[in-house]
Amino acid sequence: MSHVVSPIREHLVDGGKSYHDVTHDICKQVEGAPTKEWKIAFGVSCVIFAYGAYCLFWTWWEGIGVWGLNKTVGWAWDITNFVWWVGIGHAGTLISAVLLLFRQKWRTSINRSAEAMTIFAVLCAASFILAHMGRPWLFYWALPLPNTFGSLWVNFNSPLVWDVFAISTYLSVSLVFWYIGLVPDLATIRDRAQTKASKFWYGLFSLGWTGSAKTWARYEYVSLILAGISTPLVLSVHTIVSMDFATSVIPGWHTTIFPPYFVAGAIFSGFAMVQTLLLITRVVFKLEDYITIEHIEMMNIIVTVTGSIVGIAYLTEFFIAWYSGVEYESYCFINRATGPYWWAYWMMMTCNVISPQLFWFKSIRTNLLVSFFLSIVVNVGMWFERFVIIVSSLHRDYLPSSWAMFSPTMYDMGDYIFSFGLFFTLFFLFAKFLPVVNMAEVKAVMKGVSSNYPHKKSHGGGKAKTTTH
Amino acid sequence: MDTNQKYLVGIYEDEDEVLHAVSEVRGKGVKIEEVYTPFPIHGLDVALGHPRTRIPKAAFLFGLTGLTCALSLISYTMVFDWPMIIGGKDAFALPDWIPVSFEGTVLFTAFGMVFTFLASNGLWPGKEPRLFDLRGTDDKFIMAVNLGSNRLSENEIESVLKESGAIEVNVKQF
Repeated sequence: MSHVVSPIREHLVDGGKSYHDVTHDICKQVEGAPTKEWKIAFGVSCVIFAYGAYCLFWTWWEGIGVWGLNKTVGWAWDITNFVWWVGIGHAGTLISAVLLLFRQKWRTSINRSAEAMTIFAVLCAASFILAHMGRPWLFYWALPLPNTFGSLWVNFNSPLVWDVFAISTYLSVSLVFWYIGLVPDLATIRDRAQTKASKFWYGLFSLGWTGSAKTWARYEYVSLILAGISTPLVLSVHTIVSMDFATSVIPGWHTTIFPPYFVAGAIFSGFAMVQTLLLITRVVFKLEDYITIEHIEMMNIIVTVTGSIVGIAYLTEFFIAWYSGVEYESYCFINRATGPYWWAYWMMMTCNVISPQLFWFKSIRTNLLVSFFLSIVVNVGMWFERFVIIVSSLHRDYLPSSWAMFSPTMYDMGDYIFSFGLFFTLFFLFAKFLPVVNMAEVKAVMKGVSSNYPHKKSHGGGKAKTTTH
Repeated sequence: MDTNQKYLVGIYEDEDEVLHAVSEVRGKGVKIEEVYTPFPIHGLDVALGHPRTRIPKAAFLFGLTGLTCALSLISYTMVFDWPMIIGGKDAFALPDWIPVSFEGTVLFTAFGMVFTFLASNGLWPGKEPRLFDLRGTDDKFIMAVNLGSNRLSENEIESVLKESGAIEVNVKQF
């Protein structure tokens, strides 16, 4: 199982770190008192959360009539935001599962925060699912519960029911994957803990982990199998989300290209969000030696590839709309690009297809400021993609007298703001109380990829090389 | 757990060294109880002579259970308990059931396997870990030798551990 690392590879861990340095660097942000920057950022996100919670409360109290929906546009920001957050929630599992199967070592220092981001993003998405039910306290009607509740069984032929299963499975399996990965690192913090409180809490959640060879051997199988089942899982989730639309008969939704197109878009937006968060995290927690330019560049390459796939999907949709000869389908697409929502369409095209192409230049994809800016641009574009698909397909239906426009109310916006508040509040809590980098996995790949352990082992032979994944 | 057992604890600094040391120490007839490391080392369980884990088999069986449960629930509700006529089509619509059956399989596999993993290692919230050295979760590789289960004397084992590259050898009593 030895790995030979090519000497021309860039180091993934810089700064001449030893194993103890890794422990120290990652644990110190958990052990120390919160910094001023953290307090300010956390305070701001709590304020946003509180305002959003008020708007969401009012939506629940009064009903979804407070949104700007009308009889023509019956789905707008709620589903847009849901699809947007679920899409973002794809990157974490993709990084930890798919890149594990492909033995990409650069995933080790970013997978923990990417997985955390995934879980928080899926929770944000779930808030829109609940809100758009209108009566969220009856959410359990979506579960297969028997007739004693006065309703029939759920219809297992319906993509909306598939979605319930897909999202809840995805959320719980991601949570398990993340937690199992955390256990060894929590034990590290427990064994360094100085205060009684942290000894207790990290001791409680580290489950009595000792790091014995037997446990690690089982642990490796567990991670590998979790990665193996999470890979089709993550692909199934956005496939099923896309089927919410694709199995309908609405022009603009009824297209077979949706599943791969949505999955590519999800990876695209998810990686962009990971990029945004990592670029902040590495500076705030001084993790430049662990999240290096090499990592940023790899992420940008994936953003470019998936952005290009999304671009091809846009063009294919247009071509097929014309080639199918269906006039409603053709009209829908011409209306998207030139109708009253042309600005949303071109916003989407510019942000998702054109601007990521700048990453073909190495100087741009290794520039931190430009990467940060473009990562936000990508997610703006991906929000508009969902808005375009949903609203522009609905607002001009078969009967011209029913044509309408959609304008959001403060509650549409407030519920969206709520999801940001929730997301950042949870992310800042995570970043303060849990190790943001997977220490065990980084240590396991240090030989060969760290500047402190030069590639001497690659030339020697003889002694068995150790490494994992 | 037995009480009052005496252990010799060898501390190693490098994963290659400890892997090498395990074969060396075992070759000299010393029974190693367990090695504790801050991260997984490939081949260490084999070197220690631990039997191969059956976790993958358990995972497969949990997956099969999940698939069976999902398909049974769906076919019971959709075909037997309350069949619905949708477009005049057959109530037994297997292709439509693939998504939910798949999710059920994944859900059962993940949870079943993880709980099996926790149970087989005796990990649960609040468990007091049996630690030979606190550095074992940081940067050192810890080899524990139970003196009670070895025929060699304490001094002999200590010298074997030192020869194999241990930077320290400590005594630990439980």
